[in-house]
Amino acid sequence: MDELTNMDADSAGMHTEQLSGRTQQVFFDVESRENEDRFLYPGAFEVDFDKQGEIDAVDLTAREVNTQIRDLMKDGVGSITIKNPGAKHSLGVGLLNRLNLTFEGSLGYFGCGLNDGPNIRIMGRVGWSCGGNMMGGTVVIEKNGGSTFGNAIRGGDLVCKGDVGSRTGIDMKGGTIMVGGRTGAFSGFMMQRGRMIILGDAGMNLGDSMYDGIIYVGGKIAGLGVDAIEGEMSELECAWIERKLEMYGLKAPNGAANLTKIVAGKQLWNYDNLEPAEKKLVL
Amino acid sequence: MCGIAGLIHRGKRSDIGSELSSMLQSLKHRGPDSTGFALYGMPEAGELVMRFKVAEQEDMQRGFKIHDEVKERRALVDQRMLEMGVNKKEEEQVTEYAYRYRFSFDGDIKRLVDYIEDIEGAEILSVGHALELVKDLGDADTVSQQYGLTAFQGTHAIGHTRMATESDVDIRSAHPYWAYPFNDVSVVHNGQLTNYWMFRRAMERRGHRFISNCDSELIAVYLANRMDLGDDLEAAMVRSVGELDGVFTYVVATADCLGMAKDVMAAKPMVLYESDDFVALASEEVAIRSVFPHEIDTYDPYEGEVKVWTS
Repeated sequence: MDELTNMDADSAGMHTEQLSGRTQQVFFDVESRENEDRFLYPGAFEVDFDKQGEIDAVDLTAREVNTQIRDLMKDGVGSITIKNPGAKHSLGVGLLNRLNLTFEGSLGYFGCGLNDGPNIRIMGRVGWSCGGNMMGGTVVIEKNGGSTFGNAIRGGDLVCKGDVGSRTGIDMKGGTIMVGGRTGAFSGFMMQRGRMIILGDAGMNLGDSMYDGIIYVGGKIAGLGVDAIEGEMSELECAWIERKLEMYGLKAPNGAANLTKIVAGKQLWNYDNLEPAEKKLVL
Repeated sequence: MCGIAGLIHRGKRSDIGSELSSMLQSLKHRGPDSTGFALYGMPEAGELVMRFKVAEQEDMQRGFKIHDEVKERRALVDQRMLEMGVNKKEEEQVTEYAYRYRFSFDGDIKRLVDYIEDIEGAEILSVGHALELVKDLGDADTVSQQYGLTAFQGTHAIGHTRMATESDVDIRSAHPYWAYPFNDVSVVHNGQLTNYWMFRRAMERRGHRFISNCDSELIAVYLANRMDLGDDLEAAMVRSVGELDGVFTYVVATADCLGMAKDVMAAKPMVLYESDDFVALASEEVAIRSVFPHEIDTYDPYEGEVKVWTS
């Protein structure tokens, strides 16, 4: 017991940091500015964005690339370029630090997931599950993305300037996903919070079983999913969308006001107030 | 999980054996149990190439008797081919239990295949003017080296790395599957079919044979059946997306075409690279990178999508 009480929390696998609060829903305020102090995790590295580093990934494994990113941050390097990522999986993940990270090429599956803080730019394409579970920061992809793009993200901006695959933003819990092109079927499936802006077409079953959150679509919608309905746009939303898109060099083809807004209808059984025994009677 | 890959050179031949080997080796982590290649070479007019085996790899570890049995089975194959009027031009023993024959034959291919497969342990992997199908246990480098595939020249190819989830780890359950009895049609698949038994029974009632209990074989038989009923390849594939239930992405090749189809949930991955003279597709981009190390533009096909390219 003494050993346990003397053990520091980190070595026991527990986390003592105060959560930044960015995993909670933050409502949009035109005047808001990001407080940089919120981006620091205990144990985060002090980095200087003017200090630059480079990693050639051509002969490295994903683990080696990720370790080298960490080593450079430890040395205070705040701007890192990864050359020849070669569509390898799981690159640039688990970064709980401020960092400018550029991939000069494409990533495979599970790229840039579980991050909180870094600003990442990918010059090529990304495979499935890019940005999965990210909590903060930005990830900008210049070309196309695969399926389950931004699965379960909780915060930050995830941007793909090209097309993405199916199930974009599945289980999304916060943050913003922006797609310059089209998205596939079941996008926003079981979405819980956050916003998704799709400037092109959306596949069938859009927003299926979504609990909350908002999906904006610029193109055609092949079909809405269960309990997804059209909502009304407000002026504040239009201002927010235009500002968000402008930040990443994107623009709604016919203006933000002409996007179709999709929200949860909240008519599914899980929204009623019935007790389990009463549900049995209804069903 | 399984990994699938395909490539097609438009209007020219290339080192498809080494190209597909590289692609499949980079997908090894998706399925280490077995690897298969369907390679489309440049055939001599009027000639057929047949790849067949007379035992499983694991059979060869079961005592000394099997070595004599393999020789007897092969002799029986030769005898039956002679009976059927086959004019054998070339024969090659690739492994102790696998063979490649080149021959001319004007008779009924289905009858010939059925007669040979009636021999215990015999299985025709492929028959065709262009198709040569090779599959065995091990990774792509192992199989490619074992069967001497790196020097293979041709126009297009498909391949598979298998993680056995639905049936045994053996050559019989390895992909690709030849769409018996259609010359030159082969299929690789990643996924699970949930109405396999329903369709299998329907296909068997129509006289089609299954050599394994692997659900992927159904796709080859399904396409063969549709083409038998008059569909072209693309029409058969479009129909399959509606009728086959489950999660799947499959790649099919014929003597001069390469095609891919994805289920309506788009639950299984596929990445595509298309240029004017070359198309490559794979479960992961890293496979395409193994033949195109420089930056290229790739994309995912969408749910329910069917695509066909011609060599």
